[in-house]
Amino acid sequence: MKNSKYTVTHQQPVINVLMSGVGGQGVLVASDILVFVAMHAGLDAKKSEIHGMAQRGGSVVSQVRYGKKIFSPLIRTGAADVILAFERLEAIRYLDYLNKDGVIIINDQQITPLSVFFSNIPYPKNIEEICKTKTDHIVLVDGVKIADQIGNPRTINSVLLGALSNFLEFDEEHWMKAIAQRVPSKTIELNRKAFEAGRLVIG
Amino acid sequence: MAKTILSGNEAIARGLYEAGGLFASAYPGTPSTEILENVSKYNEIQAQWAPNEKIALEVAAGAALGGARSLAAMKHVGLNVAADPLFSLSYQGVNAGIVIVSADDPSMHSSQNEQDNRWYARAAKIPMLEPSDSQEAKDFTILAFELSEKYDTPVLLRTTTRINHSKSIVSMNERSSIPKKDYKKDMLKNVLLPSNARKKHILVEKRMAELEEYGNKCECNRIEWGDNALGIVTSGISYQYAKEIFPAASILKLGLTNPLPKNLIQKFANKIKKLYIIEELDPFLEEQILAMGIQVEGKNRLPIIGELNPEIVAQSFNDGPHAIESVLRDVKIPPRPPVLCPGCSHRGIFYVMKKLRLTVTGDIGCYTLAAIPPLETMDSCLCMGASVGFAEGMEKATGDKLKGKLIGVIGDSTFYHSGITGLIDIVYNQGKTKICILDNHITAMTGHQEHPGSGLTLKGEPTFKTDLAAICRAVGVKRIVKVDPYNIDETITIFKAEMAADEPSVIIADAPCVIRARKIFNKPYYVDAEKCIMCGMCHKVGCPAIEKDENGKTKINELLCIGCDICRQVCKPQAIQKSVG
Repeated sequence: MKNSKYTVTHQQPVINVLMSGVGGQGVLVASDILVFVAMHAGLDAKKSEIHGMAQRGGSVVSQVRYGKKIFSPLIRTGAADVILAFERLEAIRYLDYLNKDGVIIINDQQITPLSVFFSNIPYPKNIEEICKTKTDHIVLVDGVKIADQIGNPRTINSVLLGALSNFLEFDEEHWMKAIAQRVPSKTIELNRKAFEAGRLVIG
Repeated sequence: MAKTILSGNEAIARGLYEAGGLFASAYPGTPSTEILENVSKYNEIQAQWAPNEKIALEVAAGAALGGARSLAAMKHVGLNVAADPLFSLSYQGVNAGIVIVSADDPSMHSSQNEQDNRWYARAAKIPMLEPSDSQEAKDFTILAFELSEKYDTPVLLRTTTRINHSKSIVSMNERSSIPKKDYKKDMLKNVLLPSNARKKHILVEKRMAELEEYGNKCECNRIEWGDNALGIVTSGISYQYAKEIFPAASILKLGLTNPLPKNLIQKFANKIKKLYIIEELDPFLEEQILAMGIQVEGKNRLPIIGELNPEIVAQSFNDGPHAIESVLRDVKIPPRPPVLCPGCSHRGIFYVMKKLRLTVTGDIGCYTLAAIPPLETMDSCLCMGASVGFAEGMEKATGDKLKGKLIGVIGDSTFYHSGITGLIDIVYNQGKTKICILDNHITAMTGHQEHPGSGLTLKGEPTFKTDLAAICRAVGVKRIVKVDPYNIDETITIFKAEMAADEPSVIIADAPCVIRARKIFNKPYYVDAEKCIMCGMCHKVGCPAIEKDENGKTKINELLCIGCDICRQVCKPQAIQKSVG
């Protein structure tokens, strides 16, 4: 936790984090890591998502809830403390879930869905503006560039978790332990480096 | 006791392991697939993919008869396929325990219907357990084996997508050492001749009465007393939503939902002023509780369609905070449905069938995505294997009208599952039906599971690789032709010839799934913008790598393109080009 101005503390009985992105971006691994972090911190934790077609480039959403005791694995609309969006368009698809004044972290990458070329719905240009109707806490992360600097574009999810960690009240050791549990063993150090790089986004 | 985080499916696999399970079989199907994938990681358990769910259940039931605690897992519609052995296994009973997992899919995230499989337990007269999180998924799997052996019955472990695919904290235990049971010949028990079965039915009814008694006092049915102004009867994932929305209410949480513990329900209802039944899909609990003469509210408020969530529960009972006002009412968000991958071997076939204006009876697999724009080349998709029977029936009904224009399209895994018998029917009944088998050497849609034609078992051991063409030949099809789906001209020629044939024909599109094979054909292609006339032909193949630039000219996404060459072949002005070097 580095962002003293805005942190989702464990004072709240339940903390809700929604992650959204495109199939293949590593959303499910990232949300796995977050539930493990919460468990290591001694909290109850659940997550829910729909997969099956996740590899086929479709929209992917994963919901994480943690706190003293968690019942529903699903977040109610207007109740997410943080949205971590792996892609610009996917940042607004689930915007109704965000708490008024919640944090929205956006990986500043555009992946155009095929439907744009066959329908009259264009890719929205004013993503930040739409987010602003809900909150001022908008954080843009150039995940592609940072992951490239780390040397592997597949570490984007760890970069984004690094950025997310600035808003959550967890010790770094819990993050490091959870990353090691959930990424391929050959890439643990790389992902830890990516996480650290993501943490520098908001100092 | 070590704790970890498991999905419901991982927890069921762990439960089988801890229960001393020795055998498991399944056919992949969302949301159940990961159960067997996780079981296969335990060396102590024999785990294998079956060609379909009926076989999975029969092999598992045979293993249980042979003395090994066994499990069969399937998605909800898979239990339709396995219903025949299920209903009679109820009469036969078990030697070692057998557990059947039904993974239902409310809201049809990845299914063609949202049938409520709790009715199966009632119809087949077998006990049913419904876990409400991963811990219970593990614990109830173990309990299911105990009940199976104690009450001489198969047990249904009924889950839903939100249980299978949600993750929560689970305490792990060691594996119990349960010795294998001896097999003893017992004709009166194991041969369901009518004379034996009549006696067995009496035992089935007796067993269910005993199980109801057990349900009245077992730990898995529990009352959480709170305020007596409101009581809730619930089970499965709905319990979590009930706790979330009505934290002060008294709750009767049912783990064993067939047979229903009537005394316990009556006792609970007597002390409660107002009773809600919170359950997903059909009024399964509600109708039975109403039949007891107890007044309840449930499906008069809750939807019968789709999965529940805390929001729906709160709004249905006009309780708790209301849904927030959407900030997205005036925002148009382009949808992002799943699509055929860049370089997918199905793309060329559907492009050709569209070009030839064929009527296509389709089937279950990734290729069902060809039904949506831009390919839009599928007329029907009902259930596993139906493409074959549909094509034959359509042919018989339409006669000359669709002659040379009608074809059934089925994937390899789906063909092994239940396409073969349809092909036998075509030949036997003198049909002239044309079938295309999309052979990508794997069960792709559920995440690349091995099958009888892939040459590997679930545990990764090399095995006999079934020959698709040989099967077709053996059932009497004389015209069998293989086609390279990446060669559009050749595919068109072959399709034209086969569609014109006056006898049954099977076209096998033979190419591995590109994701599975990690196949890269060529360097990313590029577009010579000067030559692009914006005719849109390349967009008609529906490849996610083909985009438009700000001028409307085609642009190829280098990160996605794997150089499969299909778009180059359809580009008349030759604007799409192969990168050299």
